[in-house]
Amino acid sequence: MFALSKQRAMKKWMVALLSIVPFLVQAQVKLTGSVKDQKGRILAGANIVVKGSYDGGVSDSTGHFSFKTYEKGKQVVVATNMGNKTMEQEIIIDTTPVINIDFVLKEEISELKAVTVTAGSFEAGDKKKAATVLSSLDVYTTGGANADISAVVKTLPGAQQVGEQEGLFVRGGAGYEAKQFIDGTLVNNPFLASVPDIASRGRFAPALFKGTIFSTGGYSALYGQALSSALIMESIDIPERSEVSASISALFWGAGLQKVAKNKKSSWGGNYGYTNLAAYFGIVKQKPEYFRMPQFHTADLNFRAKTKTGGMIKYYSTFGASDLGLRRSNIDDPALKNAFGLHNTNWYHNLSWRDNLGNGWKMNLGLGYSIDVNKIDQQIQNQQNQKITTGQPWIDNNNFNLNTRSDLSQFKAVFDKRLSGISVIRFGGEYMYFYNRSTYNNFKALLPDHFKALFSEADLYITNDLAAKVGARFEHSSLINKANIAPRLSLAYKTGKGAQMSIAYGEFYQKPENTYLYNTTNFGYSKATHYIANYIKNTTLQTFRIEAFYKKYDGLVKTYPVLNNAGAGDAKGIELFWRDKKTFSGLDYWISYSYLDTKRDFLNYPKELQPTFAANHTASFVMKRFISKINTGFNFTYSYATGRPYYNLQQSGAQYVIADQGKTIDYHNLGFSFNYLTSLGKAYAVIVGSVTNVLNSKQVFGYNYSYNGARKEAITPPAPQFFFLGVFLSWGVDRRQDAINNNL
Amino acid sequence: MKQIIVILTMLFAGQLMAQTKYESGMQKGLEQFAAAKSAEDMAAASAFFERIADAEKDKWLPYYYAAYTNHLTGWMNPKADKDKVAEKSKDLLGKAEALEKNADTYCMRQMIAIQQLTVDGMSRYQTYGAIAAQAIEDAKKADANNPRIYLVEAQYMINVPAAFGGGKAVAKKLVEKSLELYGTYKPASPFHPQWGKDQATQLLAACQ
Repeated sequence: MFALSKQRAMKKWMVALLSIVPFLVQAQVKLTGSVKDQKGRILAGANIVVKGSYDGGVSDSTGHFSFKTYEKGKQVVVATNMGNKTMEQEIIIDTTPVINIDFVLKEEISELKAVTVTAGSFEAGDKKKAATVLSSLDVYTTGGANADISAVVKTLPGAQQVGEQEGLFVRGGAGYEAKQFIDGTLVNNPFLASVPDIASRGRFAPALFKGTIFSTGGYSALYGQALSSALIMESIDIPERSEVSASISALFWGAGLQKVAKNKKSSWGGNYGYTNLAAYFGIVKQKPEYFRMPQFHTADLNFRAKTKTGGMIKYYSTFGASDLGLRRSNIDDPALKNAFGLHNTNWYHNLSWRDNLGNGWKMNLGLGYSIDVNKIDQQIQNQQNQKITTGQPWIDNNNFNLNTRSDLSQFKAVFDKRLSGISVIRFGGEYMYFYNRSTYNNFKALLPDHFKALFSEADLYITNDLAAKVGARFEHSSLINKANIAPRLSLAYKTGKGAQMSIAYGEFYQKPENTYLYNTTNFGYSKATHYIANYIKNTTLQTFRIEAFYKKYDGLVKTYPVLNNAGAGDAKGIELFWRDKKTFSGLDYWISYSYLDTKRDFLNYPKELQPTFAANHTASFVMKRFISKINTGFNFTYSYATGRPYYNLQQSGAQYVIADQGKTIDYHNLGFSFNYLTSLGKAYAVIVGSVTNVLNSKQVFGYNYSYNGARKEAITPPAPQFFFLGVFLSWGVDRRQDAINNNL
Repeated sequence: MKQIIVILTMLFAGQLMAQTKYESGMQKGLEQFAAAKSAEDMAAASAFFERIADAEKDKWLPYYYAAYTNHLTGWMNPKADKDKVAEKSKDLLGKAEALEKNADTYCMRQMIAIQQLTVDGMSRYQTYGAIAAQAIEDAKKADANNPRIYLVEAQYMINVPAAFGGGKAVAKKLVEKSLELYGTYKPASPFHPQWGKDQATQLLAACQ
């Protein structure tokens, strides 16, 4: 029995072996062919394989492949190539010694290859290669910008070199037409409190953000209430490491702590800084006489945590308190002085939650609350610095107390659903409650506004070469009790490797500024219609960009003869940008140029005029170089703008007339900074020095006129130059690279 | 009983054959890899490993070698678009990691990140430097005795300026540690990664 079964088993063994043998001795067959894409372009480097076997080959530079296989019978041949859809073909291998098989691979729409809709926007950050122009590091190493985000943005095309007030003046738009957003929600007071004829810095440290998109028009339906521009900032996620940091300079000192949990799933931290300009003003003479030295306290807190589903919850809060007082001579009577005192407190909170809901759904929630309180005390003083009243109303107008409070509570929800391929549909809404209160002398006024918006938008990738963004936004303000619907549309078409063209169209609405709403709420929205066309050529280390735009303004606020929306205007221009990190080894530079032709009839303008904040030609040249041998980086920025118009508008009978007008001298500013990396004791250190207006060029931003028009005075910076020298320290791990980022 | 034996025998024979095929395939692939003189040769080796991997489906090693050889083409061809090469390497490595994550797959992550970092060091330091640092940390967690961890870290550190915490002295310490570990390191199989000792020896010379 046993012997028998053994024998039979042996037989089966033989059968099993025999069934393998032919496999081993059969003749090999040659497979040849070519691989192309749908447009007939050769695809080199595609992998062709007989499915389930190791037999295969790679297409060469002519797109051809050839390999041998021992497989037989019905087989599947697979061709794969990055960026293309995998293709399978069935063949029958028989006695034919050479089998030809050609592949035409469809293109796969992928985020990596697809065009991005770029009309009107400059993206800074590493998020999307195609649109990257400025990395976050650039914000810190731009000469003379002193790590102020807005100052760096001003070196990009589209923005004006306006130095007498804060804000981004984009493509013929006023400063208040540009809004800033952090993690999707609106920032009500992005700049430090306003001082007459001096531009304030931005409130937020650039190190907070991993990416900044500067949009000069045609932006997404997710953002509203900005006629000209949106500066969209995305805050960082969990930092890499824990750190303790400190900074010291003649102007300020500060300390900070950032703690990252061991599992890197959460982090928290805070910073405190104190700035006092007394010592600096003692050395560098200022034109205004400061009777209360500028002092700033800033503190911030943050908390960030990853969720289980790959999402992120972030909380960020910043507190700022500032105080200053300055005197200038009165323009109507040089024997008198204008004394301006300001105390500001600002508290900003931002809580955001983004998460994956599964099934291609994503969610972005934002909750924001901010308070801003200003106490302004404006007096006419005599030579003894005592408050006086002259009996002349145009002078006595300058004796006032103004207390304002503006609160903004907001909630925003955005949902994303991924459609086929990489197309996405996005929709959501926001609710904002603006509470503004002002007390002018003893006159109280209140402006509450329940503001609601709904929006929807789709990113449609038709092919890798053609993409569209289609959206619309609906808004309603309870304050003016009006609604609007704003359509937005942009298209991008890839014209070649790294080259693309985009066009964009959009309508943008904005409610009038509070200054006017305090007088009457009988207003409608101001409206801007944007038309943009651009061309971009990008390689990894070089970017070329040209953009043309036309912008039509309707419903601008008029203050004379009556307060209404009867104003209008337009702006057109061409902008160029070139950035190159390649040509000169180790040298990174960019050049931007903007041509702007704009006129508008608004406020008390008697007719359409070129506004005082618009220059016809603006250019910047930014250059930076880090020399490793001496551990030092050198950064230069040169900005130029042609003169801007100024007007003395005087009321004459029932109308305003131009009593005087002219153009300021051209604007030149050469900024320089260096950063030297070293160590001090156990601390890693960065020593930073910077100077603005190195060449001491005379800068005039406009003119102020006396009431009777007999005297005019140039508006100039409080000091021709600004100097800075400071040390930034960090302990524990080497954070010098980041220290430059945090504090430069 | 007879049928069982037959089935068992068939199974055994079949498995024996498949294993041999895999082993000889890997052997051939590693020979092709060792003989590669140009980026094209290396790409062909990578494609071969990818074919083995796709046919086997459950083995991380061929994907690992496919990723590694593809990664090397980015250095061998000075004109290569490193971002594009890295995308492909990441794709292959991702498939390896889906089967097994270990110190060697993490080291590969680091190497790919560094390749992308070198495209534009100044502005990519933050993003890719962080990915690389994380990969090294994960690798050490997986197996702190893998000598390649300290080798790839040293290869990066020697190119980082001393002021940023890199330099020859830092690299030297890491290479020495790596070489010490190579002394006792035993790969799990003849096909498991065992490269790096020569590079470490060369790097040590460069650190002097």
